[in-house]
Amino acid sequence: MSLFQYRLSELHNMLHSGQVSVSELTEESLAAVARVDGDVHAFLTLDEEGARAAARALDDKLASGASRGLLFGVPAGIKDNIVTKGLRTTCASRFLDNYQPIYDATVAAKLRQADAVTIGKLNMDEFAMGGSNENSAYGAVRNPWDLERVPGGSSGGSAAAVAAGEVFFALGSDTGGSIRQPASYCGVVGLKPTYGLVSRYGLVAFASSLDQIGPLTRTVEDSAYVLQAIAGYDALDSTSAKVDIPDYLSALTGDIKGLRIAVPKEYVGEGVDASVRETVLSALKVLEELGAVWEEVSLPHTEYAVATYYLLASSEASSNLARFDGVRYGVRVDEGGGLADLYHNSRSRGFGPEVKRRIMLGTYALSSGYYDAYYLKAQKVRTLIKRDFDEVFKKYDVVIGPTAPTTAFKLGSQTEDPLTMYLNDILTIPVNLAGIPAVSIPCGFAEGLPVGLQIIGKEFDESTVLRVAHAYEQHTDYHKQRPQL
Amino acid sequence: MSITIKDVQHVARLARLQLGPEEEAVLTEQMNAILQYAEKLNELDTEGVQPTTHVLHVSNVMREDVVKESLSLEDALLNAPEEEDGQFKVPAVME
Repeated sequence: MSLFQYRLSELHNMLHSGQVSVSELTEESLAAVARVDGDVHAFLTLDEEGARAAARALDDKLASGASRGLLFGVPAGIKDNIVTKGLRTTCASRFLDNYQPIYDATVAAKLRQADAVTIGKLNMDEFAMGGSNENSAYGAVRNPWDLERVPGGSSGGSAAAVAAGEVFFALGSDTGGSIRQPASYCGVVGLKPTYGLVSRYGLVAFASSLDQIGPLTRTVEDSAYVLQAIAGYDALDSTSAKVDIPDYLSALTGDIKGLRIAVPKEYVGEGVDASVRETVLSALKVLEELGAVWEEVSLPHTEYAVATYYLLASSEASSNLARFDGVRYGVRVDEGGGLADLYHNSRSRGFGPEVKRRIMLGTYALSSGYYDAYYLKAQKVRTLIKRDFDEVFKKYDVVIGPTAPTTAFKLGSQTEDPLTMYLNDILTIPVNLAGIPAVSIPCGFAEGLPVGLQIIGKEFDESTVLRVAHAYEQHTDYHKQRPQL
Repeated sequence: MSITIKDVQHVARLARLQLGPEEEAVLTEQMNAILQYAEKLNELDTEGVQPTTHVLHVSNVMREDVVKESLSLEDALLNAPEEEDGQFKVPAVME
């Protein structure tokens, strides 16, 4: 029977009692990749040698009786926009095809300190721009539940690798829904922490005021474990928050009696598939049975979130991606002209269409004469969107709704019109704009495809978000269902 | 406000992107559609609303001005497409 049925806490005990070794776990993970990744295509780089060496060292550590890290011996995958020293990191872009990072991202270092085993780097939309993984320069990831459908994006490789049982957990990044939306489409648990809770040092920047790293796992308890290992202040990230990190595992009490839930009417109204709405309403019934109460509320500026997001995120991206100039790393196309030609040619050859589109949009929004009309206006509307949440959180503990308006769509069905694709993120984007935490957990199926329940909390209140998610999970078995591959 | 192919060419120069004629045409159309959608924000009166420059209440972080180890020359140049004498090599800046 597959080891992938076990939670991290169970693996911890099995390793401790000698039922399984780290090397065996690692081989199980590598074998799963060999078996299914030809279909799923979640991995861009596999580090078999590094993983086996790390596993041997951890087995020695186990034998020596030395103290073990929180994620001891657990095989994991890392989204390919998180730099890993000496391990190729591409951001799924041709521009960085041969990029060898010279340092570890803080989260990569923390996984190592926690004794996790990194198996490899995971596919994504190029530079995290996209919601379907079809913008990967190396070919799209496929949804393990239906290989003709997208896994979501941009952390599609991370979600698919966990859903397909290739790794026990993965790290992703979430700028407008890039952890939660693929978690929803692939039937796994995806947590976007509060902005600033997890260090962004070594995360290749897309939109710096929105980007946040978080875990994709099979259970809420696993999510709490990984968050515990990666959260915390980091002097190397100037936006890192100086807050006390609670014990997230002790928050998982199963008790949500008296919990006050707000359900925004904008999250269950027009534009949300009826099957998704029904599934989410059933989930609310479960929470009611557990003693929570829910009421409908309004987040009136929801309909402005997508426009706000695309102006702000593209503007920040146009600035952040200016560093890819063909001089210090990455693609260089030198056709004999001057330095300006080198920039133009390298960037044009290295970037894919969606990345170019966003750089263009952002450059336009920041350019002379348009800054006030677009960028500044969007920053002001961002304030209104944040205020919507502030108001609701005065009376309620969490906000709950669907993660995405639909289930996973067919590959190629939305590539023609960028705007349609952007609207898939309408229920996740407001959370990034407000900087608050949210998790997507499996809450059922619609026509055989997973549906995600989104639980949104107050800033730095991951404990409540995880407590609610865990209580729900204890009373359902959707998270235990696995795709047939 | 609608943008023309000339605007797209101007913005491409600012962004240091070389676009082909077909890319220019497609981007003109797509950027117009996206910007038209963004006009939606003008339905809102934001007079007196403070722009969000940062979602959390944070202040500037300063560190002690002490000398620390920095990247080695070898590391810094590890990914350089071209290098010479311990430096990044680029084509002529002045023509």
